[in-house]
Amino acid sequence: MTLKKEVISILVDNQFNVLSRISSLIGRRGFNIDTITASATQNPAITRITIGFTGNEQSLSQILSQMAKLEIVREIYVLDPNESVFRELLLIKMKANKTNRGAIIEIVDIYRAKIIDLSKDSMIIELTGAPEKIDGFMKMLDCYEMVEFCRTGVTGIHRGVREYTRFED
Amino acid sequence: MKMTGAEIVSELLLEQGVDTVFGYPGGTALNLYDALYKYQGKIRHILTAHEQGAAHAADGYARATGKVGVVMATSGPGACNLVTGIATAFMDSIPIVAITANVADELIGRDAFQEIYITGVTLPITKHNFFVNNIKDLPDAIRQAFRIAQSGRKGPVLVDITKDVTGMMTNFDSKGPYLVKELPKVDPAALLEIAHLINKAKQPIVYYGGGVAASDGGPALRELLEKADMPGAYTIMAAGVLGYEEKRNLGLIGMHGSVASNKTVDQADLILALGTRFSDRVAQNMKKFGNKATIVQVDIDNSEINKNVIVDKSLVCDVKDFVEKIIPLVDQRERPDWFEKIRKWQEQSYKPMDDDTCLKPHQLIGKICSMTKEDAIYVTDVGQHQMWAAQFIKHINPKSFITSGGLGTMGFGYGASIGAKIACPEKRVIHITGDGSFHMNMNEACTAVTNNLPIISVIFNNKVLGMVYQWQGVFYGKRYSATTVERKTDFVKVAEGFGAKGYRAANLAEFEKVFAKALKDEGPVWIECLIDKEEKVLPMIPNGGTVDDMLLG
Repeated sequence: MTLKKEVISILVDNQFNVLSRISSLIGRRGFNIDTITASATQNPAITRITIGFTGNEQSLSQILSQMAKLEIVREIYVLDPNESVFRELLLIKMKANKTNRGAIIEIVDIYRAKIIDLSKDSMIIELTGAPEKIDGFMKMLDCYEMVEFCRTGVTGIHRGVREYTRFED
Repeated sequence: MKMTGAEIVSELLLEQGVDTVFGYPGGTALNLYDALYKYQGKIRHILTAHEQGAAHAADGYARATGKVGVVMATSGPGACNLVTGIATAFMDSIPIVAITANVADELIGRDAFQEIYITGVTLPITKHNFFVNNIKDLPDAIRQAFRIAQSGRKGPVLVDITKDVTGMMTNFDSKGPYLVKELPKVDPAALLEIAHLINKAKQPIVYYGGGVAASDGGPALRELLEKADMPGAYTIMAAGVLGYEEKRNLGLIGMHGSVASNKTVDQADLILALGTRFSDRVAQNMKKFGNKATIVQVDIDNSEINKNVIVDKSLVCDVKDFVEKIIPLVDQRERPDWFEKIRKWQEQSYKPMDDDTCLKPHQLIGKICSMTKEDAIYVTDVGQHQMWAAQFIKHINPKSFITSGGLGTMGFGYGASIGAKIACPEKRVIHITGDGSFHMNMNEACTAVTNNLPIISVIFNNKVLGMVYQWQGVFYGKRYSATTVERKTDFVKVAEGFGAKGYRAANLAEFEKVFAKALKDEGPVWIECLIDKEEKVLPMIPNGGTVDDMLLG
């Protein structure tokens, strides 16, 4: 069976330990997740959790149906890549001095990234984009010396107006 | 009406129809128990020797009645001791509500005396749990707990309440319990499709499990099997759903199941899996299970579909509802050729040899059954005796075989027997156990004695940890690591020490005599039965094997 990358959006009750309920289930079932993010929604009683997941069809249906069983889960769905936008934020610190700074800035400009901190031997770059764009950017920076980086993990949203009807209670 | 949080807990239990609570008091549970003192005319509290016993008792109570079992414990060690009991109920989808006390809210997170984060500990073994540190959340949490425990696929729920909440006064008005969530409706199109599969199948079998027992679907299942002339094979969770004498009931399936059940599933062209989860004790080789068949799975839990074995067709709904609705759609027919094949497999069944000079497990269980007229609640622990009980008890009634199927909890039996006996005082309760399991929680004898419960514990004593010993003998070159326990426990004396009666039997005639006495005794009785350590549970399919790997001797 082929492995696919999916982005799963979960709307959960905004309680103090929702993230531990979700991560406990992931740990217990051995689901292979790549990223997880949690954030507020327009409804203060609801939190959105977005999971980046790699797996086959069976493991996808397992993660969806097991998550749906949690009492705190109000809605869970896979974001269709054709009808959604995905974004992730990257902060990356590069070693850069006067000899190679110009070359790195050239890549930064092409990707429309931003330099948010600069010192005489390093710089911090910020880039927002779809995960593939961030992967591509990092690949381009491969031939320079990287100090450290962090990525927020993917978050995503459907295009257009969508009805959420399955909210319970 | 103004009352304390603890009194509100008692009121909420009454609102749910609870009249029995199993538990153990402690420092942070003082308020809860003070309220129970006040409510003692309405709520009976059964004190156990250990919180684990209380959790198993609540579980046994639920299994025997179908109602929610309730267990109460104090914080820290009290709550931790419930864990094995909660996990046992979780694996077998048994509705229990565990109420634990915790330290006062101002002490939470400070490693206070007897503080434990029990909601964190029980995350993976409960359907849901609640941490209540605000009295205004208390009624909703407990009503939700009962609703969740009984909704859909049943299971345990824990409510952890801080001590300040149980001591605080507030207004409380009884609103009545929350309604249990509605079950998903049977999809008529899928129903037609499955009926068509049954009608065109030449060699169908119904493989059914705990879901049929939990939904009281036995009578409907019997009607379906008769009308469509199909055989059925059950998992350990469904023993007693159909009677042992029924022609279409092929017996237990899986690792220690009957030859006929396993062969029939292997050779079937249609497997209708009802309320069962293709566990590794049944679908031991998940890739080869039912390879020749179209597999249809009906279960109330969507996440069970395709979890272990990929099926061809599935339906998420109440199993009883499904069976009742499909009966009118299946053709009335007979399948003589199929049953002729099955009859030949039944002839190959494993037949242990009788021997009246010692105690043979099958004869011993046969004797227990005949002397209780097959009408008792049989409760087991875990190991060889459990499998012999599953195989040789002449199951005729649902909710009458109580065993830890999923978690396989040694030490489950005595607590569960107490729960079953408290739930059904008019029923005879027989606890079938092994010397290994019994040593784990025999302390509950004090509970049985105090409450004068005439539970008969039949202890299969082979002086080894039999199931592991058997595996070491067959697969590990007889390297009996840590299984030849050679304990010197004198069960008769220990029973007497607890204030119970104790007997011993070394052959069938002796057993018959003491069991007859035990049936007349008023309080709890232990009967130590001496079993040869080389007795094996057969047939046996090794881990990961199929029916082709079945060992018969």
